[in-house]
Amino acid sequence: MRTLTFAQALNEALRQEMQRDPLIYVAGEDVGTYGGIFGVTAGLLDEFGEKRVKDTPITESAIIGSAVGAAGTGLRPVVELMFVDFIGVALDQLFNQAAKIKYMFGGKAEMPLVVRASCGAGIAAAAQHSQCLEAWFMHVPGLKVVLPSTPYDAKGLLIAAIRDGNPIVFLEHKLLYGIEGPVPEEPYAIPLGTADVKREGQDVTVVATMNMVHKALAAAEVLSREGISVEVIDPRTLTPFDQDTILNSVKKTHRLIIVTEEVKHAGSSAEIAARVAEHAFDYLDAPIKRVAAPFVPVPFSPPLEAEFVPDEAKIIAAVKGVVMAVAA
Amino acid sequence: MALDKDLLLRLYTRMLTIRRFEERVGELFAAGKLPGFIHLYIGEEAVATGVCANLRDDDFITSTHRGHGHLIAKGGDLKLMMAELYGRKTGYCKGKGGSMHIADLGLGILGANGIVGGGPPIATGAALSAQYRGTDQVAICFFGDGASNQGTFHEGLNMSSVWKLPVIFVCENNFYGISMSQERHQQISDIADRAAAYDIPGFVVDGNDVIAVYEAASAAIQRGRAGEGPSLIECKTYRHRGHFEGDPTVYRSKEELETWLAKEPIRRLEARLLEMEIVAADELGRIDGEIRAQVDAAVAFAEDSPYPDAVEIFDDVYTGEPVLV
Repeated sequence: MRTLTFAQALNEALRQEMQRDPLIYVAGEDVGTYGGIFGVTAGLLDEFGEKRVKDTPITESAIIGSAVGAAGTGLRPVVELMFVDFIGVALDQLFNQAAKIKYMFGGKAEMPLVVRASCGAGIAAAAQHSQCLEAWFMHVPGLKVVLPSTPYDAKGLLIAAIRDGNPIVFLEHKLLYGIEGPVPEEPYAIPLGTADVKREGQDVTVVATMNMVHKALAAAEVLSREGISVEVIDPRTLTPFDQDTILNSVKKTHRLIIVTEEVKHAGSSAEIAARVAEHAFDYLDAPIKRVAAPFVPVPFSPPLEAEFVPDEAKIIAAVKGVVMAVAA
Repeated sequence: MALDKDLLLRLYTRMLTIRRFEERVGELFAAGKLPGFIHLYIGEEAVATGVCANLRDDDFITSTHRGHGHLIAKGGDLKLMMAELYGRKTGYCKGKGGSMHIADLGLGILGANGIVGGGPPIATGAALSAQYRGTDQVAICFFGDGASNQGTFHEGLNMSSVWKLPVIFVCENNFYGISMSQERHQQISDIADRAAAYDIPGFVVDGNDVIAVYEAASAAIQRGRAGEGPSLIECKTYRHRGHFEGDPTVYRSKEELETWLAKEPIRRLEARLLEMEIVAADELGRIDGEIRAQVDAAVAFAEDSPYPDAVEIFDDVYTGEPVLV
């Protein structure tokens, strides 16, 4: 199978869906002539024209808000938030309007809206351009939250998100845009709410999201050489959440580590840990551990940023902590 | 301007329907029958009525927290509205929304909105949808003087001006944002002046003259339908009641209220109808009687309707498969 980068896979998803459905349009800052600052919308303006690929002013409330109005009146917007950190200036339109309109109106409205946003640290973009905010969106009934880790998942999940018909926050870790992986040429949709076992193992379950999936896989490889078999699970979506895949894994391995790049306090890992503690308590042979970022804004200076972002060493230490706890 | 007699009677009937509905809602709220907050439109009827009389069912409006007048003016069903205010499952939103979130998508009513300034981006998007699909539908955005300071107002005007979208921004300037008088919340007096900042037409209108509102809206709507882009119409008006029912309105003087009561829109049109001999006084009484009967029927419908069942709490969070039920 041919390989694409994560950004190319997203681009292909957008292109194929826009070819299929003339009501889909793309809007955002610099998405048209510039092709998006991460290149995800490259070439779409040439293929589909200005009506369907709209460069917007710097005006997030109107970008997302107009998408709400358009989605409620027959169109299918896929808007881009250049950095998830910019959601602050438009949050009302997302969480008070888009997420709640269908419910508040007694089911009568449709709100097929995808908000794509880059996220994550690692390029010294500093505190206001580097956050992982998925926990905010998880907490809003009416939103769905999707966060792929591979080009294959990216294309399939974006196609599913576009077709889903609900307001969806689609998060793209900025360090993933350049990674390569096999991607089928035809359109395909990965059902939202299905986790993926990225690596099978017996001794410990590691649940990880976005870029942490790759760090968890790297850590698993190192650990396997030391005789520790790690199962890595990528939830792929936080709402809806595939609890069963994780519970089945924990029932097999009896140990759970959750790795995300978010600040640990009140991150998505807290929700996942609570659910496993509630539903698989008797299967756990060690406390659930979370590997996440410290409770600080993302620092600028590269050595500090490296300290912020969880790495393989921290994952390996966490795994050994729960494995050794039993052996000791 | 020589307006059609039927139109004048329709305008009168519609305004009076809003007035009688709102008066009744005020009484019911005072009697403890309606949960939550109520924000009455009494005094501002000419704005919603004059604007919406120009609209088709497939045109869009976005409304505000003070939205009952807009909903009725756009053709909303009194029974379904009243049932929603009572929180019954037969209401417009199955009891899920309440006064500030009533919507009728079939009539292009994209909802009352509990967030001040929530409407402009949504109306901009509805106009975008019309332009995208190549129709001549327009979107009306109702908002108040308070909302004219919100970032969303500016973003909506900016986006619709640069993309030439068919949205008409109708400011209901009642001179107060809750307790903040206009002179305390903005430097300018005429909000229509802000249109110049976006290079779009802006007009000040006597918001208590339903004919003036009708004519200004008509021109703006025609511009929108012709692809000439957005307009801003500022209607000077006044709310007779407080911001919410129960508001002691300590921030307004009795004299100011009385000045505006003397200029209220329904009696003004009534005087014209009588003077032009379009109706006789007893005909007006008959119209009023019919309207009151409709309001009575709406209340009876609401009071006879059941509340939603507890399991309905999970309905309609998402389209398709439920999540986390």
